[in-house]
Amino acid sequence: MKLRSAIYLASAALALAALTLASTLPSGAADKVDPAADAKAFRKFFTDKFPKVKLEDFVNGPYSMNEDLYRQWQEKEQFPPYEFSLEMGKEMFSKPFKNGKTYADCFPNGGIGIRQNYPYFDEKEGKVITLELALNRCREANGEPPYSYVKDEMAALTAYMAFTSRGKPMDIKIPNDPRALEAYEKGKEYFYTRRGQLNFSCATCHVQSPGERIRAEILAPALGIVNAMPIYRSEWSGMGTTSRRFTTCNSQIRAVPLSPQDDEYRNVEYYLSYVSNGLPISGPGARP
Amino acid sequence: MTDHFPTKSARFPTLRLAAFALALVIGAFASASFAQAQSAVDEGRKLAFDRGKGNCLTCHVIKGGNLPGTIGPELVDIKSKYPKREDLVAILNDETLRNPLTVMPPFGRNRILTEKEIDAVVDFLQTL
Repeated sequence: MKLRSAIYLASAALALAALTLASTLPSGAADKVDPAADAKAFRKFFTDKFPKVKLEDFVNGPYSMNEDLYRQWQEKEQFPPYEFSLEMGKEMFSKPFKNGKTYADCFPNGGIGIRQNYPYFDEKEGKVITLELALNRCREANGEPPYSYVKDEMAALTAYMAFTSRGKPMDIKIPNDPRALEAYEKGKEYFYTRRGQLNFSCATCHVQSPGERIRAEILAPALGIVNAMPIYRSEWSGMGTTSRRFTTCNSQIRAVPLSPQDDEYRNVEYYLSYVSNGLPISGPGARP
Repeated sequence: MTDHFPTKSARFPTLRLAAFALALVIGAFASASFAQAQSAVDEGRKLAFDRGKGNCLTCHVIKGGNLPGTIGPELVDIKSKYPKREDLVAILNDETLRNPLTVMPPFGRNRILTEKEIDAVVDFLQTL
């Protein structure tokens, strides 16, 4: 009862505040999307929930949530399971295409140390461009067939590109373009919308339940979750990209997965990366 | 001519046999309903532990289950916490009606389990 009246009081106060705000601001300003405020609140939610976890450690997913696991992770990093993929990615990255050009020709700074700027909003196209998408476009522009978006070669290439960017703070920009703001907002909506037969949203597990066990696994916090991509998962016995994570999450909650690099997935990645701004790139990662 | 009709003394065993049969039938009914209840509990346990069905263990600690999750509360003393069977059925059907933020899937509403399966799981829960 007490809680209920407190909620009434709070909502009344909120409504009053909204009214006051609405009367002082130009119309429409009260429901304006504010990514910067979102990101601040998002980060605060996690640092309040896990006061002992250092901000830069959230990028280590489940390993940041538990001291025993953290130790396991440090041991794992001595002989990381993604090493083979990383080596392969490095080799692939420097090997010229049939036309003599390389991946370096497609990216700023020769593709080195730039992972933290992806995905970005392309104002010409009016859409979000992920690193995987940019890599396949690079291949196609040079007469090479595109790779699968979920694993193998694509994971190897992004592993190498992430590795050269390790420690750089995620730096996603939202240009002054209503379409960019819309992409961000749509990604946010996807992230918080329940779906599938099991009725889960991304947030159900990765905002409401990080650190909790789901059978033998520990759920990762959403803050910084993309900074570790791509990852080697023991469960997959191999590497996977962000696309692989999104599609398998959707299957696990018994929803119909979208095709990798669907506009909606690109928007979610844009949202999730933006709210993880400032946290270091830690990919490639290793997960149970 | 021999008497084809049974004598009085010969009829007694028939009566006794009938009484015995009746007792057997009653006994069978009693043990059948006990067995039925027991098999519903067993079925409920199986559904609760089955990853493709109830999969309750993924989020709840349950006596007798390995590698439980920690997202939901431990499932103990269910009968004292929920004396009314229909409350348990309601939670399994769609807990979002009571708590919109719940992580728990709506097993009935989304047809993850049938009505009969939910009944069996509730039978099992009441033994915890």
